Amino acid sequence: MTSLRLVWVYPDLLSTYGDRGNALVLERRARLRGIPTEIIEVNSDQPVPLDGHIYLMGGGEDLPQTLATRRLLADGGLHEAVNRGAVLFAVCAGYQMLGMEFGGVDDVAIAGLGLLDMRSGRGEQRAVGEIVADVDPVLRVPKLTGFENHQGVTRLGPHAKPLARTTLGIGNGDGTEGAYAGRVLGTYLHGPALVRNPGLADLLLSWAVGQLPPLRPEAEALAQRLRDERLAAVTPQP
Amino acid sequence: MDNSNRTGGPPRLPMRAKIATTVGGAAATVSRLTGRDGSVIGGIVGLRLQPDLLSLLAQGRQIVLVTGTNGKTTTTRLITAALSALGQEIASNMYGANMEAGLTSALSRAPDAPLAVLETDEKYIPAMVRATRPRVVVLLNLSRDQMDRAAEIWLLARRWRDALAAAPDCRVVANADDPLVAWAASGARQVTWVAAGQRWREDSWCCPHCGAHLQRDGDDWSCRECPNRRPPVSWVLAGETVIDPSGRARPIELSLPGRANRSNAVVALAVADAFGVPVPNALRELRGVTSVAGRYTQVRRNGCELRLLLAKNPAGWLEALDVLAPPPVPVLLAVNAQGPDGRDTSWLWDVDYRRLRHRVVLVGGERKLDLAVRLEADGVPFRLVNDIDEAISAAGAPSLDVLANYTAFQQYRAVLGRTE
Repeated sequence: MTSLRLVWVYPDLLSTYGDRGNALVLERRARLRGIPTEIIEVNSDQPVPLDGHIYLMGGGEDLPQTLATRRLLADGGLHEAVNRGAVLFAVCAGYQMLGMEFGGVDDVAIAGLGLLDMRSGRGEQRAVGEIVADVDPVLRVPKLTGFENHQGVTRLGPHAKPLARTTLGIGNGDGTEGAYAGRVLGTYLHGPALVRNPGLADLLLSWAVGQLPPLRPEAEALAQRLRDERLAAVTPQP
Repeated sequence: MDNSNRTGGPPRLPMRAKIATTVGGAAATVSRLTGRDGSVIGGIVGLRLQPDLLSLLAQGRQIVLVTGTNGKTTTTRLITAALSALGQEIASNMYGANMEAGLTSALSRAPDAPLAVLETDEKYIPAMVRATRPRVVVLLNLSRDQMDRAAEIWLLARRWRDALAAAPDCRVVANADDPLVAWAASGARQVTWVAAGQRWREDSWCCPHCGAHLQRDGDDWSCRECPNRRPPVSWVLAGETVIDPSGRARPIELSLPGRANRSNAVVALAVADAFGVPVPNALRELRGVTSVAGRYTQVRRNGCELRLLLAKNPAGWLEALDVLAPPPVPVLLAVNAQGPDGRDTSWLWDVDYRRLRHRVVLVGGERKLDLAVRLEADGVPFRLVNDIDEAISAAGAPSLDVLANYTAFQQYRAVLGRTE
């Protein structure tokens, strides 16, 4: 690999809240390990390149979410890259898009990208707030901490696994949070979800480049402090 | 158009409304005496006694509603200043109480004012347009803001559009350079288009009408797939000057700093013009505004000259970073995430901090670690501080620019004293 290519899909439509953070965290953690990295931003009027290593999709309102889905289905590039083994990480609206269908404007069912075996619709109440979830132990990633802001309810089919089980917050709505299958992974933690979850960032990087050397502790210290602070802030004190 | 003689003052209020405003006014006085901000409480009490109090209070007055994601408070202040050239009393909610109770309170505190300039929360525009039947509605800009409690902005633009289309007597003064705002305003019968500029574009790459990626060339924009395009403008902000509809250019020369405030000033001039205030007279009033609800205030503390800047969301921070004094003046950045700030700090990742790389940066506020991790990713060196005095001593400089979001700003102001 000459350089690690991070493809940020449709920032013009899917970048509601700090989604750039995920690209920046992956870039930083790859570079700290000596892996040259480039971020490629692909707008909705451009073809999705096939040669990316990690594809990123962010959040969006109902209408942009529907438009982005329609264009990605017509373009086909993302599907081809995923079929070739690329990593795909999606948050919030992007996560819902990965499934077989989701609720669009006025909760009309919209056909999704079909990259994860799951279906989403609109719940009764909006889920807004801090979320904490224990990750599937197979993935060896510490518990997730983040912020969710969505009204989606997601049910997984037999070919997708829950990413985590919530201990705080709503997630998929049935006690699970997020989903993954192969190298496709999505979560309701919105915006810069990888900032407080460097373990998840490293999982994605390792899927793309293989085993990773550990970082120097001082390079991790600040993110770890933030992570500890946020977990402590939402964990009931004895 | 000169309509300045159209003011006859508000009619007399029905008895129940009169009691409601008196009781409300008394409540506000008590609230002020007991040290709480009296700007909302009177309105709440009054509205409970008379639910349509706002409509009654608005009757017979010429009302300007001012909304947008950023610049509402400042523009309300600037329009009020510009209209003061008319020599009539003006009701205004100058301290940012911008929902129904705040508007009600502002009108009941000035029962005889024939004019009112009212900052209005973005979400409340449809209801407030119906209740107050404004003569002018000002639409400044629309971008992402505290989305854990605010409405989604495409949805908001649609609601503005529907509300303004249903108010044919109202003139809309709108920023043509913001595609979402322009689309919302284009449903109105009468629009004054202002080229007020758009620094933050991350929420308007796509057509609000059909969703296609917009073609953008400088400030101009057009849709490739539908007829939606930037409307022809009659007022223009061109660098440091304003160009009026006759084509005459004048230097703006505000006391307030920054491009965003020049943009707000041009909007204020367009509103003043709709009320018949000549541009030179309005400009003179605008130049006299030196601080707005504590923003841009200079305060001296421990031998250091502090300047306070407020910004609440990515678009606001982008503009505020432009206003910072050049290096070597150190900067203190402070972020909280209380209810009024939005409890989610994700927006920090939408701001580009790289231009701070070569200056002294101090980081404070309740969520300083969130901001610190963000600066680390942008390669900006910084130092964490716990309060304003620690920042002053760490800065070790004769002056310090302070940029904070809402409650962090209020906390610093409380420490520094409420100087105007």
